[in-house]
Amino acid sequence: MAKPWTWEEDGYTIIRSHARTGPGCHNNCGVLMYLKDGKLEKIEGDPDNPYNQGRLCSRCLAYKEVLYNPERLKSPMLRVGERGENKWKPISWDEAYDFIEEKWRKIMDEYGPKALAFFQGTGRDVNGYTCRLPFALGSGNYTCGFLSGMACYAPRQLALALGVGNPTVVDSSQFFPDRFDNPNYKVPEYMIIWGTNPENSNPDGNLGYWIVEVMKRGTKVITIDPRVTWWAGRSEHFLQIRPGTDAALALGLANIIIQEGLYDKEFVDKWGYGFEDYAERCKEYPVEKVAEICGVDADDIIAVARAYANAERACIHSGLPFDQIQEGLHASIAVRNLFGLTGDIEKPGTQVIGKYPFGITQTWRSGWGFDLLSDEQKATRLGNPVFLGLTAMSEPTAITNAMLTGEPHPIKGVFMQTNNPIACMGADADKVYKALSNTELNVIVDLFMSPTAVAVGDIVLPASTFGERHGLVGHQPYFLGPLTQAVDPVGDTKSDQQILIDLGRRFNKEAYPWETDVEMYESLTAEQGIDYHDLKNQNWKYTDFEYNRHEKGLLRPDGEPGFDTASGLFEFTTSVLEMYGVDPLPFYKEPPESPVSTPELYEKYPLVLTTGTRVPGLFHSEHRNVPSLRRVHSDPITEIHTDVAKEHGIKDGDWIWIENHLGKCKQKAKLTNGIRRDVVSSAHGWWFPEKDALDGFHGVFESNINNLIGDNPGSTGFGNSYKASLCKIYKVEGGE
Amino acid sequence: MAQYGLFVNYKFCTGCHACEIACQQENNYDPETCGLEVRKIGPFPVGEKWQFDYFVSPTDYCTRCTERVEKGKLPSCVQHCQTGVIEIGPIEELKKKLTDDKMLLFTLR
Repeated sequence: MAKPWTWEEDGYTIIRSHARTGPGCHNNCGVLMYLKDGKLEKIEGDPDNPYNQGRLCSRCLAYKEVLYNPERLKSPMLRVGERGENKWKPISWDEAYDFIEEKWRKIMDEYGPKALAFFQGTGRDVNGYTCRLPFALGSGNYTCGFLSGMACYAPRQLALALGVGNPTVVDSSQFFPDRFDNPNYKVPEYMIIWGTNPENSNPDGNLGYWIVEVMKRGTKVITIDPRVTWWAGRSEHFLQIRPGTDAALALGLANIIIQEGLYDKEFVDKWGYGFEDYAERCKEYPVEKVAEICGVDADDIIAVARAYANAERACIHSGLPFDQIQEGLHASIAVRNLFGLTGDIEKPGTQVIGKYPFGITQTWRSGWGFDLLSDEQKATRLGNPVFLGLTAMSEPTAITNAMLTGEPHPIKGVFMQTNNPIACMGADADKVYKALSNTELNVIVDLFMSPTAVAVGDIVLPASTFGERHGLVGHQPYFLGPLTQAVDPVGDTKSDQQILIDLGRRFNKEAYPWETDVEMYESLTAEQGIDYHDLKNQNWKYTDFEYNRHEKGLLRPDGEPGFDTASGLFEFTTSVLEMYGVDPLPFYKEPPESPVSTPELYEKYPLVLTTGTRVPGLFHSEHRNVPSLRRVHSDPITEIHTDVAKEHGIKDGDWIWIENHLGKCKQKAKLTNGIRRDVVSSAHGWWFPEKDALDGFHGVFESNINNLIGDNPGSTGFGNSYKASLCKIYKVEGGE
Repeated sequence: MAQYGLFVNYKFCTGCHACEIACQQENNYDPETCGLEVRKIGPFPVGEKWQFDYFVSPTDYCTRCTERVEKGKLPSCVQHCQTGVIEIGPIEELKKKLTDDKMLLFTLR
């Protein structure tokens, strides 16, 4: 029996909570916060919490350095100089809200609510909450700002939602509070770690160490990656593929599995939709062709296909390469279909479906309050019609373009939460800067004065971190639990949710009947028959999980067996896409810039550039100002094969230019044998808090790999080619 | 006085640095000072496979977290290790754990 949420121990007051952001994170680790005189002295993993079992990653262990960081924003800041001059005046919340309200009302009167755009980034737990504010104001122009999300997890999620009915996760026993020891749990026989480094990224609702724990218990690993990852060193098979070709490999594996009759015929016959068309499509990807596209041996591909298909229990932990490619949605469909092909779904140690725990969608899914919009207002959303039909968001690039051109209508005001696009995810960093420079009012909510805030912010609102606020865990389908406030907010910070409520109530009290975030959580949980304060005492509430829910009628709202899809089946052919006139089957398309698609460009830029490799300790553009973590990662790193570096006269630790037809940036060379010779891998998210804000907004363009990345999403508006473009490299000469 | 040691099952050490930051917090060390450090081997090819390992080695700043241990807790690096591969204890106990490849045992100062 776990202890209550607070107790005294050795002169400390201990508060039990969950570290569900900020700073940014995609997980929900249980923490114990040790307080003296109301101040946080230290933070530890909660040994009783099933999610992280007492462990914590470096980011949480360095939490105090974020919470009490001297650079924290402590009150709302109003710009008093020109944009970019970094001259600010601290103001009260009332003054800040009055200022924003007046400006927004003026914009809405003149241009309509559609001229206000609302962006969420990734990191803090605003996904599910931010959207209600624009909808309450009558604007449908809400999205993940500048492709955050839309080329990062959303394509994979959507592919699963359309074809399986819900997202899936690899089963590492995380649905069970007794974890690996649960009698119903079995470890996977094989797990494919595909384009991800889960021990570094701790991706959405998945802790990387869970996979190490299943390895200890017998799971064999297959790794697919252009880089020799830690997993590659432990793998039975390793396919070192060319970046951007993952969809071709997924289709090639499927073709082998079908042609050799290794697929799960019983599952496909009983639960599959559109299998014949899918099998026909796969025939277009014979192994020799795929081997050539991907740059790996045909025999190795065959061996992987057989190992995966013959395993009694297998699953695929697929990462960003399926989102960060131009046709991200169809690449994600290609890997999704592999789950169904071998029937490795809803069984112990396979791909398991995750639904919002206890029906509380706000902890995870965007779209809350979409029904507040009239049909006319919905029609003002910007973007590709397929994208608009499939989501409650607008298409990020359509908004960016409208900001620049005023077409089809101008964007005059921007509101951003947990979004630092110039430093982080915004493809074509200069375009993002120009777009945001073209508005009348940019409201930015963040923990620190980010480079984006310095460059284009007009008013910056200070957000709380997890220890300073109440909340709900989210972004995972396993359990519900509280964030319990431990310390007084530093300065005058407020939770993101409180800021949304305060602003929302100034325009639409019916949409925001609550005065505080806690009242909102009480209401959201009460709607599902859960008392928020009981939850706080209980600490964590797990669902009554069982396997094979599609057979038991536990997935569909009508209680019938099957999957919660349009057909009720596992859709190898995605019927909803068919309705939109979009190819319902997966396909491979060469990256827009590649040795194959643009041979002339390849002559000038003879290396494939892949970006965004995750490292432990840094969450996207955050944590550069945390001393203990910065010691571990002092510089932006570009990995180059040792032989290639030698040919270029580059030594380990040299600063180099990475350049292509779109732009250039400089990073520090790291020589390694563990990368394909034709590939360099560059870090993202870099800015330099130690540089003056006036020195190029903390040097945000200097090492910015998005100077080299175009803003060209795929045909459905999802995806963008972050993982595969072209570049050349050369040494930075003195003084540059 | 009994000899103490630090044991690492480095087949599963991912080099995440959690142990270092945990140590710094527990012992109030500055960001440059740490009771143990992550080290890397590889990646390089060995026959058909790749070697890519991490391990940790203690420094003379290691206190064995004796105060925590007296209160029945694990040393902070041991508790927070993401993959549960570090142990600190009497050397005679830890010697018995050397049963597989990729294991290390340091005697502590």
